[in-house]
Amino acid sequence: MTYDILITGLIIIAQILAVVVPVLISVAFLVYAERKVLALIQLRRGPNIVGPFGILQSFADALKLITKENIIPSGSNKIVFILAPIITMVLSLAGWAVIPFAPGWVVSDINVGIMYLFAVSSLGVYGIIMAGWASNSQYPFLGALRSAAQMVSYEVSIGFVIITVLLCVGSLNLSKIVLAQQTVWFAIPLLPMFIIFFISALAETNRLPFDLPEDESTLVAGFFTEYSSASFVLFFLGEYASMILMSSMTVILFLGGWLPPFDVYPLNVVPGVIWFTVKVIFILFLFIWVRGTFPRYRYDQLMRLGWKVFLPFSLFWVVATSGFLVYFDMLPN
Amino acid sequence: MILYSLTFYLFSSVAVLSALMVISAKNPVHSVLFLILSFVNASGLFVLLGAEFLAMILVVVYVGAVAVLFLFVVMMLDINFVKLREGFLQYLPFGALLGIVLVIELGILFLTDRSSNIYNNQTPLQPIVNEVENTKMIGQILYTEYFYLFQICGIILLVAMIGSITLTLRDKGGVKRQNIDSQNTVDASTAIEKKKVKIGEGI
Repeated sequence: MTYDILITGLIIIAQILAVVVPVLISVAFLVYAERKVLALIQLRRGPNIVGPFGILQSFADALKLITKENIIPSGSNKIVFILAPIITMVLSLAGWAVIPFAPGWVVSDINVGIMYLFAVSSLGVYGIIMAGWASNSQYPFLGALRSAAQMVSYEVSIGFVIITVLLCVGSLNLSKIVLAQQTVWFAIPLLPMFIIFFISALAETNRLPFDLPEDESTLVAGFFTEYSSASFVLFFLGEYASMILMSSMTVILFLGGWLPPFDVYPLNVVPGVIWFTVKVIFILFLFIWVRGTFPRYRYDQLMRLGWKVFLPFSLFWVVATSGFLVYFDMLPN
Repeated sequence: MILYSLTFYLFSSVAVLSALMVISAKNPVHSVLFLILSFVNASGLFVLLGAEFLAMILVVVYVGAVAVLFLFVVMMLDINFVKLREGFLQYLPFGALLGIVLVIELGILFLTDRSSNIYNNQTPLQPIVNEVENTKMIGQILYTEYFYLFQICGIILLVAMIGSITLTLRDKGGVKRQNIDSQNTVDASTAIEKKKVKIGEGI
């Protein structure tokens, strides 16, 4: 009896490690890839000293940051100050529990998988608000207030995009969402929704051109101005891990998850996890490309885009999609 | 079975303790953070009951949206809690009355004979394994049996929304607004205006 529980517990821990460790390693390489791609966009060389082609640069940076002194401001609210980066990091890893990498390759195949992902990504704002408030300093507080309004606004349109996809699937289970795309990836019939989702994902992860919570040209470093050393590393890792999480969500909702583009011989031999990774890397490249190309939005423009453009448009598409599905009797059971 | 009981007691005790902390914490921001912890644990209890859709909705709506705005307001307002606590004795009878009514109601609920209840045969603390997902079950009952109530809820929310917009929408003079259409349609003929200025007069 107790032996069984022990075995189950060990299996669960092994599964969690099998997901979290690759995610953390891919975060390190994503940071390297971002610096390299940005360097190429700006006709520079980028990191090229540590290891072959500078590939170990992120590990060197992490080592440097962690060995530095961790400074906690005397005026800060200490418990919340320390808790904030931990919450950011934990939440950006928690979402991976329901991501299906290939048929059956999922830690927890729950019925409400997409709702769970949505919930976890909407909780991400707490790390930022808590950090901004606990720092007891003006710049972080401004960053926190900006992020609170921004992330809540863009969640609304993300919610409507998810509803549109769910109308076409008929289930909240992520594996079923992927399997529903066997005939055609949702990115093709729902292309406008795909674009809205991608832009909202940029806003939700506080990436450029919507990185107003950290906005270094006006707010020093935004919500993590007062953070140093290991707690800064946690924020940094959290941001990139949630970037990869949002990319995986995009891939699952719109680009057919682990499915090959066409179900023909040379393509369908490739294992699903490879397809999944390739698609996630493509979306991540888009994230970096956007960062290298677009200037930062002004705050009122950001709010206008969220509430006056995306919200009515995605609401219209929910109505249009459901109308279409009902009229042509294509509703899934 | 032991694992279910253990997780149930974990979630419920943390929920109750954090609810206590909500009303006893000195710092209002800490109170809101404990409220969030309480919400999350309540959603954990929903998962244990097999109501995973409700659990996720609780997190998305209350924790992800309502509590964020709540926290936002509490952080922005400079509330003097020492001053607020001065009225403690004044509000005590009213608060105590509310508490007593709630306890009595809960007591009635537990003591009444629930043999007529259709859900009676289900054992609590076990996720109900069912072929139909509970998202579908809620949808099937909400949009058929409770359709009118559901619509009335929608109308109430709409009224509340319009009300709050009218309360906050003020047309202050002197606010410069960006008109994107007019900015985009500017060309050389509309952007530059030629004027002949008389010497010594100005425009």
